Amino acid sequence: MAEIRVEQLHKAFADFTAVKDSTFTVRNGEFFCLLGPSGCGKTTTLRMIAGLELPTSGQIFLGNEDVSYKRASARDIAFVFQMFALYPHMNVRRNIAFPLLSQGLPRAEIDRQVEQAARTLRITELLDKPVSGLSSGDRQRVALGRAIVRQPLAFLMDEPLGALDAEFRELMCRELRALHDRLHATTVYVTHDQMEAMAMADTIAIMNRGVIEQLGAPLEVYERPASVFVADFIGAPAMNFLPFDAALADGTSAVQIGAARIEVPALREAVSARPLLCGVRPEHVRLDDGSALRAEVLGTEYLGTSRIVTLNTAQGATLRAKVAVTSPAKRGDHVGLAFDAAAVSLFDTGSGRALRTARDDHPLVHRHGARHG
Amino acid sequence: MADLRLTGVAKRFGAAQAVDDLNLDVASGEFIVLLGPSGAGKTTTLRLVAGLEKPDAGQIHIAGRDVTTLAPALRDVAFVFQQYSLYPHLSVFDNLAFPLRSPLHPTSEAELKRKVGAVAQMLRIEDKLQSPATRLSGGQMQRVAIGRALVRDPSLYLMDEPLSSLDAKLRNDLRLELKRIQQDLGATMLYVTHDQIEALTMATRIGVLEHGRLVQVGKPQQIYEDPASSYVAARLGSPRINLVPRAMLNGIKAPERAVTIGARAEHLRLHRDLTNLAYRSARVRRVERLSDQHLVHVGLDDTDHELITAAPRGQRFEPGDAVGVELLQPLWFDADGQRVRA
Repeated sequence: MAEIRVEQLHKAFADFTAVKDSTFTVRNGEFFCLLGPSGCGKTTTLRMIAGLELPTSGQIFLGNEDVSYKRASARDIAFVFQMFALYPHMNVRRNIAFPLLSQGLPRAEIDRQVEQAARTLRITELLDKPVSGLSSGDRQRVALGRAIVRQPLAFLMDEPLGALDAEFRELMCRELRALHDRLHATTVYVTHDQMEAMAMADTIAIMNRGVIEQLGAPLEVYERPASVFVADFIGAPAMNFLPFDAALADGTSAVQIGAARIEVPALREAVSARPLLCGVRPEHVRLDDGSALRAEVLGTEYLGTSRIVTLNTAQGATLRAKVAVTSPAKRGDHVGLAFDAAAVSLFDTGSGRALRTARDDHPLVHRHGARHG
Repeated sequence: MADLRLTGVAKRFGAAQAVDDLNLDVASGEFIVLLGPSGAGKTTTLRLVAGLEKPDAGQIHIAGRDVTTLAPALRDVAFVFQQYSLYPHLSVFDNLAFPLRSPLHPTSEAELKRKVGAVAQMLRIEDKLQSPATRLSGGQMQRVAIGRALVRDPSLYLMDEPLSSLDAKLRNDLRLELKRIQQDLGATMLYVTHDQIEALTMATRIGVLEHGRLVQVGKPQQIYEDPASSYVAARLGSPRINLVPRAMLNGIKAPERAVTIGARAEHLRLHRDLTNLAYRSARVRRVERLSDQHLVHVGLDDTDHELITAAPRGQRFEPGDAVGVELLQPLWFDADGQRVRA
């Protein structure tokens, strides 16, 4: 296993820039997610690491070796695609053995390694079955088997769960992460699904228009989004944004939105008069009749352990609150809204940047989970 | 709007029994969601009601009328498919107006304009009426497809995963919108999905399908809290309910026939106190910091079994911590997965 270092990576297709000056390190043994909407440059980044695209400029190191312009076959990497392309005429054992056969390993050694991969993936009983009759989950496990049997320096995965239905995707997420915890293989995983990234990653890089907007542990990007884009992309239902205009002095700890005074974490910078956004996650919104921030309930949704209430404020903004299942709120009700002050984020509407506040005073969590050696 | 009744409906494709002795009564104005994994018979049921498939046995009544052998066009139902199929050469207005221009639904031009306008407003696409259908985003196209069903004012709406091709954010918005429209119209809806969130949030009642059989029908809260089997329990709830062999939880009081114990993540409490013998000893393997919820995976000591528990905010656990697990509201299942009540 090895570390992957990406430095000043740039990729342009004609006049379209897919990846802009990207720099990051995937540590040895780390599960690293590239997350973003379609067209953000995440797959292009992955394909450059794999050697399926060549960078316009910049460097990629695998271990200590500069592989930036090496052919894919010369990089010791295993790639897992969304569409698990198995050989339909071979059984499971021969599908998994294939990469070793083409390396010319002795028969007994191949058998041993295939058996071991199958045990790791818990598909030993499938080894002699044809791949044609397998469920989509088992096909995905076989595809993973073919990747891990090679024992490469790193795994690259491009939306490997994208074709599965929601229930199964959740199950496979847990399985993939459990596999990672057994193998400690350096993994770069591309997805547009924030739930997958939050559930599996040690570190998430959130990309937008070719640029990494934030890089951090799941909890970090969730609790301290660096931009409106990140705040909006991570979390379901998404963060609520209330627009307001103000000039704020350093140290300010409340803002005025319509008739309501909203407490916020103390500012650690000053901003001149401009449009701003007050961001608050649904679980930090409470229905509170004492509040001057008034809203009408548009609807409520039962979710088993909680209830989502969708509201329209007097200013015309739509908000979601995550409340107890027992909440009596119903469509048409007029209610007041209060926020958990310590959990509020503020953004500059123009640049999308998060304002520095007391929330940033202490490091939240260190990147963890990666193993060395 | 009308009621719908399926009596003993069955459909086989070759060796596969797609729908098996299905009985379901849908009252006028109900929003019924059929939930199940791929291959459970959801879409076949919908197609049988629409008349796109003929049942091998059983009857289908819409508004009291036996439609079992009636052609699809004569059933007065509107079908919305997973993949929006719009006429690419027509404007949004003409796409919405299309069903009203059919000889089956003679409509005056003034009435047509009024209906299309009302539906466009409901779906918030009024400003797109003159655009070509191809100029729309995926979400707008799917709204037009839904709108085309709404203008007809049929007895019954049939929807086959209409939101599944949309991105997560849009799906969130359209869920509530669809529910609001259905309530405002008082529409009867039969809706198929494998997405448990759609089922929980939109349904008046959920019907859970397993191998073509309707295994439980009830209100969302009832299906979630009081499942008839381990199969039903596993369909709702994220993370999925923990199902463990009874023998793994020694010391837990359970009825004699109970073979499997089901515990939802929020019904497991972790304790630092290791002396209480009522708690099962375990060790923290991994903490999933999923937004506001922290999921703590614990391995039961001396076994391969893992439980996923939801730790309340503020409680911090780290991998390696020794803990005691308390079961708050266990569900019991027998050897066939059927619920055993205390």
